[in-house]
Amino acid sequence: MSKTKDILLEPIASNNPIALQILGICSALAVTTSMKVAFVMCLALTIVSAFSNLFVSLIRHHIPNSIRIIVQMTIIASMVIMVDQVLKAVAYDISKQLSVFVGLIITNCIVMGRCEAFAMKNPPLPSFFDGIGNGLGYSVILMLLAFIRELFGAGKIWGVQVLPVSTEGGWYIANGMMLMPPSAFFLIGLFIWALRVWKTEQVEKPDFKITANSRKSEVA
Amino acid sequence: MANESVSKTFTVALTLCIVCAVVVSSAAVFLRPAQEANKLLDLKTNILASAGLLEEGVDVETQFEKISVKLVDMDTGRYTDAIDPANYDQRKASADPALSVALGADDDIAKIKRRANYSKVYVVENELGLEKVILPIKGYGLWSTLYGFIALESDLKTVAGIGFYEHTETPGLGGEVDNPKWKSSWIGKQAYSGDSYVLEVIKGKVDPSRGGAESKIDGLAGATLTTKGVDNLVRYWLGNQGFKPFIENLKTGEA
Repeated sequence: MSKTKDILLEPIASNNPIALQILGICSALAVTTSMKVAFVMCLALTIVSAFSNLFVSLIRHHIPNSIRIIVQMTIIASMVIMVDQVLKAVAYDISKQLSVFVGLIITNCIVMGRCEAFAMKNPPLPSFFDGIGNGLGYSVILMLLAFIRELFGAGKIWGVQVLPVSTEGGWYIANGMMLMPPSAFFLIGLFIWALRVWKTEQVEKPDFKITANSRKSEVA
Repeated sequence: MANESVSKTFTVALTLCIVCAVVVSSAAVFLRPAQEANKLLDLKTNILASAGLLEEGVDVETQFEKISVKLVDMDTGRYTDAIDPANYDQRKASADPALSVALGADDDIAKIKRRANYSKVYVVENELGLEKVILPIKGYGLWSTLYGFIALESDLKTVAGIGFYEHTETPGLGGEVDNPKWKSSWIGKQAYSGDSYVLEVIKGKVDPSRGGAESKIDGLAGATLTTKGVDNLVRYWLGNQGFKPFIENLKTGEA
């Protein structure tokens, strides 16, 4: 059981898909202006990632190597369309806000990457948990981003006004930067920094070392 | 059969395609009614909200019962029954050369390129007659087309409300077209003075002590192009090219 736990929990901090593997940044910028929307996006991605991993793993012994990527894509695309259709039917408002980004889960590197790296080589159940685990890793970062961006950008938490903003007669001058995509870049950068201070093994070795100046005349 | 053989490759590809196609299409078919209902409900909610008629906690369908949907011929400015409004897709019609006209550069201040020949209008009537009329509006802002509604009171010159249900303006700047406070600043403004259109969204704040304040609306801070876009699109749709002929007819009771 501890192996399942590892598979499930490792992607949250020690092998986070966004913070360590730097995957799925595109949607992390786009859908994190409000927590509600980000939450639905996380849910959608986790479901897609878990089930596409499961199905790819189920048929992994039958997938010819030459067409394996396209087989994975087909399964992922079908899952995404299912999720998109369900969202449109049950949560229309949110699906309107997510608009194109649910569809773009198809090209999310996390889903694709887990199918190729994990599900092709492992049995169905661990693959399923791996999908959920990576979905959770993605969700943790997204929810953190959305929390900060929504709070400082719009003065709200989960759609509820906590800081009365100046445009509606309050005292808080909303930070418009927080609602723009670049702010998510800065925040992700800060997260990665914080994470690597905590887990120093994530720090990469420098590619090269700058040697001391070798020109004799300049060396004291 | 080896995994890498040609026949196996084809079998796997074909089986997978069929399975996925069945799953996806059945999902689409079974969920279609719920999706259509949602879309319609969303539109109705927006129509009610833009006229300030939306009440929290009351079923949207029952609230919408007092609104009648009618089709207006944009050239004559009169009601038409050429097409059943329930089956009329205005957005599709705006792109169809048979059902729309291309606009010249001078006329096309809202930058919509084509205007449908027929337009839906939403009329609210009470025992005394006309209560409110809700007109669909659209036009280009900064990034893309804004779609919305503007509502007029029974005097057909006082704005009863405005709202955009689809736009992609910058959040926090142009996106403030959704700001309830800004939207409420439209209510009570005079769109027409005598025969001419006078409504204007200005840059900056309206000074209430100066003349003409009853027809001026604050621009959105930091969103000059969106403000201009909104000004232009309202000017277009309430002008001669837009609903003005219809409004004139409605006043004289000849619509």
